[in-house]
Amino acid sequence: MFAHVLFSPIPMHIPDGFLSLSVAVFCWLLAAAGVGLALWRSRHDLGQQQAPLMGVLAAFIFAAQMLNFPVAGGTSGHLIGGTLAAALLGPWASMLTMTTVVAVQALLFQDGGLLAMGANILNMAVIAPLVGYGVYRGVRLLAGERRWGLLLGGFVGAWASVVVASVAAAIQLGFSGTSAIGVALPAMAGVHVLIGIGEGLITVGALALVSQVRPDLVKAGGAGAPGGLRWTAVGLLVALALTLISPLASPSPDGLERVAEDLGFIEAAQSAPYEIIPDYVFPGISNEALATIAAGVVGTILVFGIAVGIAALYRRRSSARLVS
Amino acid sequence: MHIHALDTYRPGSSLVHRLDARVKLVVALLLILTAVLLPEQSWLAYGLLQALLLGVTIVSRVGVGLVQRRAAVALPFTLAALTVVFVTPGQVLFSIPVPGGAWAVSDAGLLRFLSIVVRSYLSIQAAVLLAATTPFPALLQAMRALGIPRTLVAIGSFLYRYLFVLADEAQRLLRAREARAALPRTADRVRRPGRSLPWRACVTGGMAGSLFIRSYERSERIYTAMLARGYDGEIRSFSLPAMRAVDWLWGAAAILTLAVILILSRWGVRWGT
Repeated sequence: MFAHVLFSPIPMHIPDGFLSLSVAVFCWLLAAAGVGLALWRSRHDLGQQQAPLMGVLAAFIFAAQMLNFPVAGGTSGHLIGGTLAAALLGPWASMLTMTTVVAVQALLFQDGGLLAMGANILNMAVIAPLVGYGVYRGVRLLAGERRWGLLLGGFVGAWASVVVASVAAAIQLGFSGTSAIGVALPAMAGVHVLIGIGEGLITVGALALVSQVRPDLVKAGGAGAPGGLRWTAVGLLVALALTLISPLASPSPDGLERVAEDLGFIEAAQSAPYEIIPDYVFPGISNEALATIAAGVVGTILVFGIAVGIAALYRRRSSARLVS
Repeated sequence: MHIHALDTYRPGSSLVHRLDARVKLVVALLLILTAVLLPEQSWLAYGLLQALLLGVTIVSRVGVGLVQRRAAVALPFTLAALTVVFVTPGQVLFSIPVPGGAWAVSDAGLLRFLSIVVRSYLSIQAAVLLAATTPFPALLQAMRALGIPRTLVAIGSFLYRYLFVLADEAQRLLRAREARAALPRTADRVRRPGRSLPWRACVTGGMAGSLFIRSYERSERIYTAMLARGYDGEIRSFSLPAMRAVDWLWGAAAILTLAVILILSRWGVRWGT
């Protein structure tokens, strides 16, 4: 069964019915805060060009998700787009485009729920661009104006954004009590570690082409742009916050149900199925799962560290070459 | 195939089609909210909601089969909830032997899993019906009435306007690739010059990049055209049509029904357990 979970393409769009009301509302609030800030900031950056530019580029993300490439055995990979949008448009604008993409996917194609839309926006339109852009900017800052920084940053950023967004989705399901996080988190993260590679490669291909044809467009979010370190810090903070929250998600009763229980009007309705989820009955999985979570966290930080390390090495070497 | 075939709106003139988009949006959201708030295993309430949805489907004449087919898209996601079968305490029905022990399937876990799947399925049907009976521009207007920022609604309407244009371009790119390269050996063993997986992914990336440049330049042309027609940064839109008596009536009836189902199943009799 586990292999089945691992190898089936679990979509990241959470449908309605899988999130408890309190989790859905909480995610809506966080998403609204992020999107509100993005609206305000991008209005400041783009002025009156905001609506047409964002709208057409949101349609671009939508259409680009149709571009798939065959992987094996009839499955195919396709772009999600958060990091590509962030690299090309900057973080605020990419948050807006991804928000409308997620909203239209839910409204028009029922890809993701309506009540769960807040969570989907939070994962794919706020967390993913923030983390992806943070990593991308970090690598580009270290690489200076060199081309490999653009490509490496794009790859690692895209990979990290996909993995972190899937972890966020698993955490939300865990808090909702619809999924045992000890299994769901490693499974979701495991699948998306692979999907992320495809995302990274497509992002690199796209950035490579754009940097050849319209170098002015990738320069906008390039090494010279202000506030680079701040974005890297924001991206890392978001990733770390998620890893810190994840252990809390497993033993959590549904918040609202809990309030109802405390107020005493839930017993009449039913015996509480939302009792604190007991210790896992999977033999041996409990610890293993925790180990997997820890491994995921360490892995993410390691990959980030290695990317930054390689970038730093390269920089030292090229500046040494310049000096000599 | 013209890409407009992707649009999920099914034109019609039924009662449901003619209802105000605001009413439909609010009722769909409340139905989803009801489904989430219903206790687990209140099968009778689920049945009532399903009957309600079925009734709306029949009245709207979009086709029962269409709604059911579309609603099935989220079923793969139920895998994510499958784990509750094993971790919910209860009477053990059977266990699956795995290396190092066995995973016990409990009756409570199974019922809980079924409840999640059914509630999700009910919610998706509501969303499918909403999209099938409401033109997307009307839906966007309804969202504005519910307080979604005007700029976001404007971006959404641009997205809808150019989605099909750009999807057409994406399809042209796909067709061009199919004619040339980047496919692995197909079942009929026709050898194509497709190379390794990373190469295929990067080719797709190049297509995405080229689509981006086309889109970006298109947006610049659109913006210039808007300026030429007097655009001053203010997004103007028609004021929303007034709600008719029939909209109020059906909206109130639907909300009342949902409220009765919810109240009875939460605080009334313990149905079907």
